[in-house]
Amino acid sequence: MAEAVGRAGPHPARRRMTMKKFVRRRSTIAFVMALPLIMLIGLLVVYPALFSMYLATLNKSMEHFVGLGNFEFLFKRDTFWMVVKQSCIFAISAVLFKALIGFFLAHFVHAIPAKGQRKWRGMLLVPWVIPPAMSTLGWFWLFDPSYSAFNWIFVRIGIDPVNWLGDPMWARFSVILVNIWYGAPFFLIMYLAALKSVPEQLFEAASIDGANWWQKIWYITLPMMRNIISITVLFSLIVTFANFDIVRVLTSGGPVDQTHVFATWAFNLGIQGNDIPLGASVSLFMFPILGIAAIFILRGVNQRGNEA
Amino acid sequence: MTSSNRFTRRRFLATTAAASAVTLTPPFIRSARAAGKLSVGFWDHWVPGANDTLTKICNEWAAKEKVDIKIDYITSQGNKNVLTIVSEAQAKSGHDILQFPAWQTADHAKDLVPVDDIMAAAMKKNGNAPEVVEYLGKVDGHWAAIPATTGSQLKGPCGRIDLLQKYAGLDVVKMYPGAGGKPDKALQDQWTWDTFLSAAEKCHKGGNPFGLGFGQTSDAVDWVGALFHAYGAQLVDAKGNITVKSDAVKQVLEYTQRLVKVLPPDVFAWDDASNNKYLISGQGSLIMNPPSAWLVARRDNMKIAEQCWTFPSPKGAKGRFAPGLPFFWGIWKWSKNVPAAKSLLAHLSERSSIERLVTASSGYDMPGFSGLRDFKVWAEEGPPKGSVYNYPPRADQTVSIAGSPAPVRISNQIYNQATMTKMVAKCTQGGESIDKAIGWAASELEGFMRV
Repeated sequence: MAEAVGRAGPHPARRRMTMKKFVRRRSTIAFVMALPLIMLIGLLVVYPALFSMYLATLNKSMEHFVGLGNFEFLFKRDTFWMVVKQSCIFAISAVLFKALIGFFLAHFVHAIPAKGQRKWRGMLLVPWVIPPAMSTLGWFWLFDPSYSAFNWIFVRIGIDPVNWLGDPMWARFSVILVNIWYGAPFFLIMYLAALKSVPEQLFEAASIDGANWWQKIWYITLPMMRNIISITVLFSLIVTFANFDIVRVLTSGGPVDQTHVFATWAFNLGIQGNDIPLGASVSLFMFPILGIAAIFILRGVNQRGNEA
Repeated sequence: MTSSNRFTRRRFLATTAAASAVTLTPPFIRSARAAGKLSVGFWDHWVPGANDTLTKICNEWAAKEKVDIKIDYITSQGNKNVLTIVSEAQAKSGHDILQFPAWQTADHAKDLVPVDDIMAAAMKKNGNAPEVVEYLGKVDGHWAAIPATTGSQLKGPCGRIDLLQKYAGLDVVKMYPGAGGKPDKALQDQWTWDTFLSAAEKCHKGGNPFGLGFGQTSDAVDWVGALFHAYGAQLVDAKGNITVKSDAVKQVLEYTQRLVKVLPPDVFAWDDASNNKYLISGQGSLIMNPPSAWLVARRDNMKIAEQCWTFPSPKGAKGRFAPGLPFFWGIWKWSKNVPAAKSLLAHLSERSSIERLVTASSGYDMPGFSGLRDFKVWAEEGPPKGSVYNYPPRADQTVSIAGSPAPVRISNQIYNQATMTKMVAKCTQGGESIDKAIGWAASELEGFMRV
């Protein structure tokens, strides 16, 4: 009898209590409250991502499954490797300079007395607030092949005009420069927030110990900001690798494909050339690499969090 | 008496039943929208007012046919029109009729309702479709779409009468006069790509170079395609064989090496607006473009507009080729109102509709039928009067598109990847040898063969 009761499971009242407890758990409430957002992400991010993975496995006419055939095809194309190289140059150099500029700007703004700081913060954030397609159009006019405003100034001060968007080297420089201009304020604001959370006492103690400016940065600021730096760099790296609008508006990938990045080349192949599976394959190429980078960076952040 | 006037429950039921029967029993009362709904996506025209005329023509048809029509004008800025086509093709829903730029018709032919019946009737009345229209619009022996009047264009030379005369001694008005004028046949015969180069050199020397883009956008690809055709230089032949390693291709590249030297140094970065700006600013003496540049000059810089003259392309060893870019109107297979869609397309293929559209665009739009080259607008538009009289292809011109005659799935890639202008850029600005540029193109073309 006792055995039979045991098999029947917990008492209904006890089960109700467990259920009640489960519902009242903070994690459950948090999950339920986050559910609409999770569903939204599922709909707008996960579904398109999975769908593009599916597309990447189809042939050009999207009628047959070809497995990894599109990647095999891409790996044999010189242009593809050129785009890989360019995307890496574009993303790494842009993120490096954004991080450096953001870091120094954050220190500069942090050093300004609180009264005037808001004005500077607001002004320095302007590039990041303007939609990039619009601001890049402004840059296009500055670099315009025939009527560049920069060249107008150059000519007046006796410098030869620069073929900003027509020369491959200058075209690469231009797209990277605009990306830095657009993205540096993001680093600034993240670093500024991190700087503000570093306790002042640490700097005071270091000053008493005779630490100079560089030592304070190296031994206090940088270690305290490491997690923020890692996350900001990771986030910016992903976004910069996926950049589309700046290159599209400024050069459309030219001259001779030498400023194409993954997104612009994928658009060129997939939408304009009507080879959607190949375009999807190009845009997915960086996914595993960035995924692995993200795992390592976030693991580092977690470890440092646990140590703290 | 009183009782008979009372509205009893029984009487109410009888009345409502009778009213319902009247309402529901066929035939339906013919309403203003009896023939259903039709949703159309047209290309958003550059020329102000051109959309209004198209809307008016469609609304007149809709009123007559009792169709509830809804028109969207979709811009080609940022390739929005192409994105719309691709997303509707993926979703298998959207508009009933959509406007397709040159390559999109063949790309989506399997999703389009064949329109052989409309084309047969239209060609009977308006003359045959030019070769290039057939090349792009007819897939596996069936018309996938009809040639759209709006947007279809040619990109022949638009030159400055004064500057060409002053620097190169070229009287373009004498060579290709306006309506009623007697063309100078001898001058026309001398109008070759060699003469073109010589004129370009002289204008460059005079300080007003030709403005010919070598970028990767359609204006550059189109005119360079016509140059390749004039020399008989094909990258891939009609059977799909790679034929880029030929003397003709080498000859064209050698030609461009000489031409590039007398063009502005930034032509490799030009987009479709750059050549227009170059002409309108007064710097350029000749561009290869539809009359849109002249139309803008007429609005913004009349002194320049008064000196602009559009005329046919130079000829090469294989003939005189006009760079063409036809657009199409097609009906998606998932349209819920194919009869109405076909009826509208038939209406838009009428000579009267086409003439109204061409007139509204001040002659910019090029009808997709060879019999419609005699509209008054081309003779009368100005200043100078007759500036666009020679815009429609007549006599010895063949309208062509870059990449043809390769199978469309390949030529589409040649066009959209701008293989030809990239070859030119490689062996000029890039400093590579012609053989290396050709070798690079051969490797690219192998990639375009994929199915």
